[in-house]
Amino acid sequence: MNSAAISAQPIASPHAHGGNSVTRTMFRVQMALVPATFYGFWLFGWPSFFLWLLTILSCLGFEALSLKMMGVTRIKATLFDGSALLTGWLLAMALPPWAPWWVAVVGGFIAIVIGKQVFGGVGQNVFNPAMVARVALLVSFPVPLTMWVSPLPLTPLAAPDFIDGLRIFLTSLPQPDAMASASLLGYTKTELSRGIDLFHSLAGDHAPVLSWIGARSGSFGESASLLILAGGLYLIGVGIISWHTPAAVLAGIAIPAAISHSVDPAHYLSVSAHLLSGAAILGAFFIATDYVTSPNTTSGQIVFGLGIGLLTWIIRTWGGYPEGMAFAVLLMNALTPVIDRFIKPRILGRDRKGKPLDIPEGKGA
Amino acid sequence: MGFMNLFKHFLGDDWGVHPDDHKRPAADQPVRVMPVPAKLYLPLQQHLGGAARPSVLVGQKVKKGEMIAEAQGMVSAPLHAPTSGTITAVTEITAPHPSGLTLPAIILEADGADEWIELHGCDDPFALDPAEIGKRVADAGVVGLGGAAFPSAVKLIGASRAKVTTLVMNGGECEPYLSCDDRLMRDAAAGIVDGIRIMLHATGAKVALVGIEDNKPEAIVAMQAAASGFDAVQIRPVPARYPMGSEKQLIQVLTGIEVPADGRPADIGVIVHNVGTALALRTAVREGKPLISRLLTVNGNCASQPGNIEVRVGTLAEEVIAFAGGLKGDGLGLARRVMGGPMMGMQIPHWRVPVVKGTSGILAFDTVEVAEQEPNPCIRCGSCVKACPMGLLPLEMSSRIRNEAYGEAIDLGLKDCIACGCCAYVCPSKIPLVQYFVHAKGELAAQDRAKLRTDATKKLALQRQERLEREAREKAEANAKRKAEREAAAAAKAAAQAESVG
Repeated sequence: MNSAAISAQPIASPHAHGGNSVTRTMFRVQMALVPATFYGFWLFGWPSFFLWLLTILSCLGFEALSLKMMGVTRIKATLFDGSALLTGWLLAMALPPWAPWWVAVVGGFIAIVIGKQVFGGVGQNVFNPAMVARVALLVSFPVPLTMWVSPLPLTPLAAPDFIDGLRIFLTSLPQPDAMASASLLGYTKTELSRGIDLFHSLAGDHAPVLSWIGARSGSFGESASLLILAGGLYLIGVGIISWHTPAAVLAGIAIPAAISHSVDPAHYLSVSAHLLSGAAILGAFFIATDYVTSPNTTSGQIVFGLGIGLLTWIIRTWGGYPEGMAFAVLLMNALTPVIDRFIKPRILGRDRKGKPLDIPEGKGA
Repeated sequence: MGFMNLFKHFLGDDWGVHPDDHKRPAADQPVRVMPVPAKLYLPLQQHLGGAARPSVLVGQKVKKGEMIAEAQGMVSAPLHAPTSGTITAVTEITAPHPSGLTLPAIILEADGADEWIELHGCDDPFALDPAEIGKRVADAGVVGLGGAAFPSAVKLIGASRAKVTTLVMNGGECEPYLSCDDRLMRDAAAGIVDGIRIMLHATGAKVALVGIEDNKPEAIVAMQAAASGFDAVQIRPVPARYPMGSEKQLIQVLTGIEVPADGRPADIGVIVHNVGTALALRTAVREGKPLISRLLTVNGNCASQPGNIEVRVGTLAEEVIAFAGGLKGDGLGLARRVMGGPMMGMQIPHWRVPVVKGTSGILAFDTVEVAEQEPNPCIRCGSCVKACPMGLLPLEMSSRIRNEAYGEAIDLGLKDCIACGCCAYVCPSKIPLVQYFVHAKGELAAQDRAKLRTDATKKLALQRQERLEREAREKAEANAKRKAEREAAAAAKAAAQAESVG
C-alpha cells in the first residue's frame, strides 16, 4: 500500500498539532550556531566569511540539482526546510577558516550528493553528510585541510580587508609562515612522533595555546568552544536535542583522557586539551545529535555518544590522524541501525523482551 | 511534584504531550440545558459490543425513559426513549463516523409532553445486592461516558467476580477543548461521590482513587469537599498531561501498577470508570432513570458561544450548535467538524449526525486549529518515541507499514498502540502516524478474515480432492477385481478346454 492510498482514507485523529516543523527545528539549530559563527568571522576575517557563504551556497545548489534530477516536485519546499543549509553551515564550521573556494564547492558536492541524496534524500542517509565531506576532503586533500591560521586580531599583521580576503579565498595563495600554525592536536602528535614528550613540546615557544575563548588556531568549531557550548545548551533548553548524546560524547573522551593523563602525563594529553580541541564540543552538541544518523532512544544515544567519545580519544591518541571526531562519528553512524535494533524502549505492560508482564499474585494496590 | 516532574523530564522519562488545553472560557460558563428537539435520531449501536435490537413498532407511542431497543448479546446496552412521543421510523441514518456510512437507528418524534414512565428508584442502594445494582445499571443502558462507551454493567459485574480491590475514577479529562467532566465535578460533586460509593458497594472494591488533572482546580476543590467524610473515596490531583485519562496510564500514575499487555485492569485488581458514568449510575440506581441525556462541550474557534450543554441523546449536532449560538460568520471559516476531543475524536462529514451516549464534545475547528499540511519525509528526530505513552517506536512502525511489512510492525508493538495521537501531534514532518496505524490494523483484520476464508476454501478443496482420489481408487480397485475375476474365469475356461482337448 503506498502512501497515496493511505492518505486517501478519511482523515484520522488527531485534529490538533503541536506546531513543530522541520523548518523550525533547523532554524533553531542555526540560531544556536550564530554566536560562534560571528565570533569566527571576527577572529579569522573575510576569507572565513567567504568560505562559510560558499559552502552553504554550494550545499543548497547541489541539493536543488539533485532534487531536480530525481524529479522531486516540491523542490522549493524541500530546499528551504533548512537541512541542506545546516549541513553546509556545519561543514564550514569544521573546515580550516582560510580554506580555498574549491574546498567549499567540493565539500558541498560530497556532503549533499554523496553523503545524502544517493541514499534517498533527507532522513534516509546513514552517515552525517557534513562529516562525510569533512573526512573525504581531509583524506583527499590533506594539505589545505590541515592549514590552520592564527586568529588575526591577536597577530601583529593587519587583517586582510574585503578585497584581500577575496583574493586569498579565490587564489589559494600560500599563507605567510607567520600566520600558519598547527593545531594543538597536530602539533603534539608531530612532536611525540619525533620523540619529544608533552612536557617539552607544550613548554616550547611555538606551542599552540588552549583557550576557552578561542584565542587559538583552528576551525570555527574549535576556536570558540564556550560559544558552541552556549549554543548547545540553548538547544537542550528548547528541547531540540536531549542532554544524553553530548554528555556521553564528552564523557567518552574525558574518562579515558583523565585516566591516561594521570598515569602518564608525558605522553597523554589532559582532559581540557582533549575537550577544547578538534571541535569536540561542536561534535558533541551539533554533530553527534544529528537526528537522522543517531539512535532514536535515549539509552541508544548514550551508547552511541560513549562510542564516539572513546573512538575519538583512541584515534587521536594512537591513530594516524591528529583528529578523530569526524572518523568516530562516521564509525558510530554505521553502528546506529545496530544500536536501534538492540536498544528499544520498554513497551508499557511488557518486559524488555516484549513479553507481557505477569499478572501479580496479590492483586491490587 | 513539580520538581520531580522537571527532574523526570530531564531524565527523559516524560511520556505524552502537553497541548494547549483550550478548556476555558467554555469550562467556566454555566451549563445550559437544551430543550427537547422535534425529532430524535437514535442509532442502535451507541456502545461497544452488540447493537441493540428494536423492541418497538413504527407508529407506537412511547413515554420518556421507556425502553425502545433491548440489549443483544453478552456485551451490549439497551436504548431508551429520551422523551415521550411517537416512533416514526426504524431506518438508516448517517453514523457519527468519518466515513459518512449509515447505521440503523430509531427515529422518535417528540410530543412535547416529555412525560416519564413510572420510575422505580431506590432510597438505599447500599442495602441492595451487588448483582441487583448491576442489573439496574444494565437495564438503564448506562455506558462509559468518557468516550469509549463500554457498557458499565458488564464492567461492574466482571469486577465483582474478579475480586477487584481498587476503583480508579477517571476525572482526568485530558483531551483539550473538552470540559464536560470538569463542569460535572464542579456542579454535581456530591452526586458523583454518591455514585462512586455505589460503585464501590457494587464491585466490592475497598478504595476509589479519583484522578483529576491539576488544570481543574475548581473541580478538585469541589470533589474534595464532597468526598470529605468518606475515607474510601480519595481525590488525587494528577499532572495535566495528555493522555492522562487513558486507562493504562491513569492506573499506573495512581496505583504504580502496570496493566500487563494483552491483559485487562481487572487482572491487577483495578477497574476504571469515568466520573460522568458515576453520576449516570447514581441516577439510574437511586431514581430509576435510564441514560437519556448527557453533558457535552461545544467548542472550537468557530463556535460563537463555547460552553457545556445538557443534551438529549439523539439530538442532531446541527441543532446543538444552533442552540449553543451557532457558528461564527455562519461557518465561513469552518475547516473541520469533530465529535469527541481533538486528539482522538472523529471527523464527521456534516452536522446532521446525532449525539450518542459517548459524545463528549462537538468541535468546530477553523483552519488555524487544524493547520493541514503536506507531510514531509521523516527526519528520525525521535519526537514520537519520546511522546509515545506506551513506549513504542512510531517512526519505525510507520516505515514498516509504508512497506506493507505488517508483521514487522506487529513485532514492534502495533497492537499495543492506543491511537492516542501523541506521535502525530509532535511530528515536525506532519506525518499522519495514527492514520498509518489505523490503516495497518484494518489491513491486518482484513488479512485475518481473508486467511480464514482461504483456509476454509483450502479445506474444502482438499476434502474434494481426497474424495475424488478415494473414488478413483475404489473404482480402480473394483475394476482390478473384476478384471482379475474375469481373467481367473478365462483361465479356468482355458484350462477346462485344454483338458477336454487333451
